[in-house]
Amino acid sequence: MTALLDPTSERTVQKRQLSPRLPDLGEGTVALLDISKPRGDVFIKRLDELFSERGVSVKHYRKPTFSKPAPLDLRQQIAAECTAVVEALAD
Amino acid sequence: MSDQPTMSLPITSGLLAVVKDDCETCHMVVPVLAELAAGEQLLAVVSQDRADFPSGFEVLHDRELDVSWRLQTETTPTIYRIEDGEVVDEEPGWLRTGWERVTRIQGLGAKLPAQRPGCGSDTMLPEVHERLMRRHSPHRLSSRRVELGSSEDPVEAAFARGWTDGLPVTPPTEERVARMLEGTSRLPGEVVCVLPPDLVECTVEKVAINAVMAGCLPEYLPVVLAAVKAAATSRFNIHGISATTYFTGPVMVVNGPIRRRIGMNSGINALGPGNRANLTIGRALNLVVRNVGGSRPGGVDRAALGSPGKLSFCFPEDEEASPWESLSVERGFSPDDSAVTLFAGHGPIEIVDQKSRNPESLARTFALQLRMVGHPKLAGMTDAIVVVSPEHARIFREAGWSKNRLRREIHSLLTLPGAELAAGAGGVAEGMPPHVATRGKDFAKYTTEGLWFVHAGGDAGMFSAIISGWIGGAASSQMTTVAIDS
Repeated sequence: MTALLDPTSERTVQKRQLSPRLPDLGEGTVALLDISKPRGDVFIKRLDELFSERGVSVKHYRKPTFSKPAPLDLRQQIAAECTAVVEALAD
Repeated sequence: MSDQPTMSLPITSGLLAVVKDDCETCHMVVPVLAELAAGEQLLAVVSQDRADFPSGFEVLHDRELDVSWRLQTETTPTIYRIEDGEVVDEEPGWLRTGWERVTRIQGLGAKLPAQRPGCGSDTMLPEVHERLMRRHSPHRLSSRRVELGSSEDPVEAAFARGWTDGLPVTPPTEERVARMLEGTSRLPGEVVCVLPPDLVECTVEKVAINAVMAGCLPEYLPVVLAAVKAAATSRFNIHGISATTYFTGPVMVVNGPIRRRIGMNSGINALGPGNRANLTIGRALNLVVRNVGGSRPGGVDRAALGSPGKLSFCFPEDEEASPWESLSVERGFSPDDSAVTLFAGHGPIEIVDQKSRNPESLARTFALQLRMVGHPKLAGMTDAIVVVSPEHARIFREAGWSKNRLRREIHSLLTLPGAELAAGAGGVAEGMPPHVATRGKDFAKYTTEGLWFVHAGGDAGMFSAIISGWIGGAASSQMTTVAIDS
């Protein structure tokens, strides 16, 4: 019988449930995360206007660069300070 | 990977002969063994292939060849002197003076010729050698064994399990992986790096498995190990390179003595097919990133089009014929060091110039083509490597132009007015932010760390090549050079 050695990391993919949807945004704060792509600021600015019109408080965050994952401390800061996050992904 | 023998020998002191029936010299020395058996020293006769050879002796049949492996026997017959359980002297084949030295008995085998070569030990047969190496290795391989059905084709099985890049791979059997690991003195379980995007510990063993699949020879493994280490650095950012919608993949330039030692090709078709080392080393890195790092097309890898170089893009520099210091020397290594440089790139783009006979004209051609990398209206964004062919290099050499002279010239030619680059300028929406048009400033197409020159290619053809980069700079990916430990 032929046996092959597994070339992968042999990790089991862990499936996670999505977080439950928030019933409303009234009490919480929404993080607006600009990933530093061109024109991401335009998108974020418009979202800020739309949330503010509805009385939802927002906080702004920015990734140092879109080409690398968000630093851990930034992710932790957003999690500690906000209840939801909107990420401006693309140009 | 050498194995430390651990099992004990059949005798702790005395003489020990390893023989086999399938060896004429062994048959010839049987009378000598009889002389020794009649003497006062203890004699153990170990036969590799038959329990009844030689007849008339109490033979230890080394059916599994464990004793021969413990002795690291290469030739039959071999006579050993054992003291305190260890070999203190030995003579392979038949050489009267050698046997006399080992046995301390004069006049042995008086009727035999003075010498006769022996035969190869059965432990040296390739498939046997690997089986024994595995069994006696103190560093057993720890990867999961994937057992295949008796009618399952191993090549198809690798496809079915998602281990390949779309081309067939060499099935990574334990024997092949053990042989691959002989290419390094590092232990299989040693962690090479924590590899993105999955951020998993990548061991020497996992690299070796993927190197087998890519088709590498064991002597290529040190280059692959160095490349994997470089890829995992934050500076190189393989996560971003994998995830981007851009074309880019890891491009490898190999410098130093190892290029020649393992037979890499820096000449005709240096960027193309035909050389096992070039192609399989580049492929091995990409398979490691795929299988261990977890970057698969359609998964983390979101390239809109990708590029063929993401299968393999690896070549050595032709240092010997270059007019300039090599890439690795420019990057701080000694010419005697072997090093691999990783660059986030793709291509190549051709540079045709068959008419320039002075460096000023040729530099202008280079600049014209270099302007279009990424987009002619984007500056300071992408990096590039120019692979300068021998016929173009000759022009710079004859004029005494250094790399830095050429770099300065191109920098000057490609410092571009903002008005030309601004989004919308020239009727093209793409471009730099609109405000660059109003400041009256000029912008350099390449940063000081963004343009590199490497010498390679066949002797004929006034064609060089641009390897286009991804987004350069610390925010994205920077050229990364690491030493190759051999």
